Amino acid sequence: MRGVLMAFAAGAAAMSAAPPARAHAFLDHASPPVGSSVPAAPPVVTLWFTQDLEPGFSRVTVTDEAGKQVDLGNAQVPRDSPAELQIGLKPLPPGTYLVSWHVVSVDTHPTEGTFTFEVGQG
Amino acid sequence: MRPTLYNDRRAVFALAAALMITRINGALAHGMAGERFFPATILTDDPFVADEISLPQASLNPPALDNSQLTNIEIDLSKRITPNTGIIIGDEWQHLRAPGVPSVGGLGPLRTGAQYQLFIDGPHQALGLLGLNVIWGHTGRTAVGAPDFTTLSPTFDFGKGFGDIPRSLPYLRPFAITGNLGFNFPTQATTAGVPNPNNFAYGFAFEYSFPYIECCVKDIGLRPPFSQLIPLVEVSFTTPISRAPANQTTGTIQPGIIWAGPYFQIGAEAIIPANRLTGHGYGGVVQLHFYLDDIFPHSIGRPISEWW
Repeated sequence: MRGVLMAFAAGAAAMSAAPPARAHAFLDHASPPVGSSVPAAPPVVTLWFTQDLEPGFSRVTVTDEAGKQVDLGNAQVPRDSPAELQIGLKPLPPGTYLVSWHVVSVDTHPTEGTFTFEVGQG
Repeated sequence: MRPTLYNDRRAVFALAAALMITRINGALAHGMAGERFFPATILTDDPFVADEISLPQASLNPPALDNSQLTNIEIDLSKRITPNTGIIIGDEWQHLRAPGVPSVGGLGPLRTGAQYQLFIDGPHQALGLLGLNVIWGHTGRTAVGAPDFTTLSPTFDFGKGFGDIPRSLPYLRPFAITGNLGFNFPTQATTAGVPNPNNFAYGFAFEYSFPYIECCVKDIGLRPPFSQLIPLVEVSFTTPISRAPANQTTGTIQPGIIWAGPYFQIGAEAIIPANRLTGHGYGGVVQLHFYLDDIFPHSIGRPISEWW
C-alpha cells in the first residue's frame, strides 16, 4: 500500500511541476439554466464556461422548435468576463428553445454543446 | 448586455493562423465526439487517439484459482503522432504472492500499440478506432507471468453516446458505451509444451455522465466535484478460439466511478471475477490519469506532426 501511495504522490508531483495551463472550456452553467422552464421570456442567454474563451471563434445561436433563429446574432464575450458568452434574444412567445454553442478556449481546444429551455409553459 | 467586446482583429487573425497550422478538426485529444466527453476508462481501451498518461494505475487483483494474487503498478502513455494517428506504450511492475512459495516481483511485459482514428461523428456522438497492440516477449520477468513470446492484437475500439436520442427521454441521454473487439495472436504456439491459444477479446464500459446531465440535459444543481463524476461498469472477457478446450472464457466485471477534472481524472473500480475460472473474491484498481493536451497545450500535448 505504501508503494501505491508513493507512486500516486510521484505522479501528482511530476504533473504539478507543469507550467500553468488552460484546458478545454466546458459549460459550467447558463441563464436560463440548462433544461429549465422560465415564466417570462429572457432578453438574453448567458453561458459561463470553465475556461476563458477566444471571442473570435466562440459562437452561440438560439432557435425555436421550427428551427428558426430567434437570437439577435450579437454573440459576445465580455472583455471583463472572458469565460462568459452572451447573446440577445428577440421577444419570445411561449415555447421550447434550443441553445447551440461552439467555443474555443484560449489554448485553442474547441468544444460544443446544446441544451433547451422553455418559456411560459409551467 | 455589456457592450464591451473583444474586437482585436490582429488577435483573431493570429489565432486563425494558429488554428490552420494546428489543423484543428474532428480529431481532438480527449475523448470528444460532438458535445460528448468520453473519459479514459481503466479496463476498456479508449476509442480515441490522445495525449494522456496514466501515472500510475495500481491494482490488487482477485485471488486466482490457485489462490495466488497479483498486484500491479503500471504506467501507460498515449501519444498522438498526427491528429488521427497515435501510439501507446505501457509497462508495469508486478508482485505475485502465492501460497507456500516466496513472493516474487518484477517488470511485466512491454506493451505497445499503433492506432488510427477511423471516424468521429459529432452529431451522433460516435467514435471508431483501429489498433494493433503488441505484448512483447522476453521483456518482462517470467516469474511474474511475463511471456517469452510476442502477442499481436488487432482491435476495433468504439464509443457511442446516447445524447442523440429524443429529448423527451432526457435521463437516458447521459448514457454512453465504449467497447473493444479484438483478437490475440501469440507468435508462438506453445511454451514448454503448454499451448498458447488464439483468443477473442472483448470488453465494454457502460457510463452515465453527470457532466452531460449538467451541460446538455438539465441543470439539477450539481456542482463540482459531484458534477464531474461518471459512474460506470466495465466488463472484459477473453475466449480462446484455438489450441484450448471449450468453455475457457475468463473475464472481470468492474463497477466504479471516475472523477474528471480540467487536467486529470481519478478512477476507482472494484474487480469482480466473472466466473470461477477467473478467480474468486474481490480486488480493486485505482488510476490517476493526466490530460497532457491540457497540461502542455503548446508542446508535448500536441501531435508530434505539429511540433514544428
